[in-house]
Amino acid sequence: MAISPFLWTLWGSFKVQGDFFSKADWANAVYGIQTLAETGSTFTLNGYRNAWIEHEFWLSAINTSIVVFFVVIISLTIGTLGGYALARSGYRYALWLLMLALVFRAMPHITLVSGYLLPFFQWNIWGHLPTTIIVLVAINQPFTLWMLHSFFLNIPKELDESALVDGCNRFQAFRHIIIPVMWPGVITTGLFSFLLAYNDFAVTAMLLSQENQTMVPKIASFLGSTQQEGEVMSAVAAVVSTTLPLFVLVMFFQRQIVSGLTAGAVKG
Amino acid sequence: MPHRTFIFFILPSLLSMILLIAVPIFSAMTQSLFIAHKQVIRVSETCDPFGCKKETSVDAEATSHLREKEPLGVFNGFETYTNRNHLAAAEIKTSWNVATGWKDLFSRIMNLPFYKALAFTITYTFVVTPFVIILGFLIALGTNSLASWLKGPTIFFSLLPMIVTPLIGSLILFWMIDADGIIGSTLQRIFKDNDLSLKASPALTWIMLIVYGIWHSTPFAFIVFYAGLQTVPQETLEASMLDGASLWQQKRYVVIPYLMPLIIFVTLIQLMDNFRVFEPIVGFNASANATSLSWIIFNDLRGEDALQLFGSAAATSMLTIIGVGILLIPVLIMIWKEFNSKTV
Repeated sequence: MAISPFLWTLWGSFKVQGDFFSKADWANAVYGIQTLAETGSTFTLNGYRNAWIEHEFWLSAINTSIVVFFVVIISLTIGTLGGYALARSGYRYALWLLMLALVFRAMPHITLVSGYLLPFFQWNIWGHLPTTIIVLVAINQPFTLWMLHSFFLNIPKELDESALVDGCNRFQAFRHIIIPVMWPGVITTGLFSFLLAYNDFAVTAMLLSQENQTMVPKIASFLGSTQQEGEVMSAVAAVVSTTLPLFVLVMFFQRQIVSGLTAGAVKG
Repeated sequence: MPHRTFIFFILPSLLSMILLIAVPIFSAMTQSLFIAHKQVIRVSETCDPFGCKKETSVDAEATSHLREKEPLGVFNGFETYTNRNHLAAAEIKTSWNVATGWKDLFSRIMNLPFYKALAFTITYTFVVTPFVIILGFLIALGTNSLASWLKGPTIFFSLLPMIVTPLIGSLILFWMIDADGIIGSTLQRIFKDNDLSLKASPALTWIMLIVYGIWHSTPFAFIVFYAGLQTVPQETLEASMLDGASLWQQKRYVVIPYLMPLIIFVTLIQLMDNFRVFEPIVGFNASANATSLSWIIFNDLRGEDALQLFGSAAATSMLTIIGVGILLIPVLIMIWKEFNSKTV
């Protein structure tokens, strides 16, 4: 039940609109009858060609890669520092900060966007990729902090305390002792940061200009032109192209994703 | 950890959150109190041998000059909150006086954009969440009893609806449900009604969106419950079996109470997240029949240049934040209690 819609769309993306949306017989989409009639073979790359070349989807793919790469790196860098501090603090105010982070996480993204637009227009920073990158990093922080802080709590305090006793300051202890052992947690958190940056729609749709768009808002802009014949298939092809990397991600990182989801929830 | 070191470590993260989450909320609060400048109208008089005529026209140059000088607009106080697009105080009052009964009053209120969005948002939140919990729990129970070689792939497939971009997931389902798509045309054949369209009536659209919401969020509940099921203490379970409990009784009296903290956790997170529902409405193109609070904010911001309604979007944002805040209170209380019980 979970996967059949994906398989159906994947299979259909290689057909023409007449087959994918065949009122006569849904089996048409399976065998590609219209496709055979229109293009001479039961599989066609027309949808993909349309989306990637004519609609310049490859540009959006590059934009997405840039945005996601920087969001993950910056997010993890400041998040590990913050999460470490929250885990080792020992004072009450750490809890207050975490609860504040939770409140921040609950804010609808579109609400934040409505706060951004006027000032960004005024200061002329709207429509640039770096602006969106910084915004996505900040929106991501509450979740990142919570996840990393719970991973750091699981690293025994004795490790860095012994480093402190040996004369390191906090930062050196962090760099030499903690960084080598924190990778599992960091990779898991990085995955979720990746997902948030990759999947985002509200922020990227409102803060990027037509030329700059990442893949998801670009697909939304396809929807406006899908009434014409054949245009729907561009959107279908774009959707499949965007989803495939996620499939690969889940396949390789399934364990990390599951452990990340359960880290905060299940108290051991 | 000494306070100074703590501040250094956490400063970048905290600064980014304050600048880009806290400040925009205040910015939105401020914007909600203003309304865009109206266009400047100029009355000019032209006199010719036949008499003098007055002509009104829009002074475009003065208008754009004014808008640039004072981008926020004119101070409007709380008027934006009570206008027709939001709380609609005046309209509700008239409806109350004019309505012929509860049903009529209800349908009049539903015609107001804000209340229509609020109704859908609340319905979506409070229908999707219980279904997600129950379905997630059942799937977790089912997966737990599968042969172990089946478990990995099952988890892989079940994770997918959640990982996929909400907009894309809703598009995929939308294309299947479309009257020419596989589900749509099959349904038409089953009901022998060539005009049947899941997009036609509000009720069907709401159901469709809710089904999507359940499809999308169940994996999260499933994974959390599945992990929890791995840690159910075997002794209690075996003791109950010795006492003669049936399979169902075991679940009810041992497993569910043990998983209760997880169930509460998932419920609260789901309530919070579902309240923000937005992408499915875009993906399903459902805005004619179903709107949500986040969607009407998006709609206000979408126009070209001068047509963007910042004040209106900001006012709706404030009202949405109040709603989220109300849902957030139990979460915060829960975390507070747990932290206290741990450190004390």
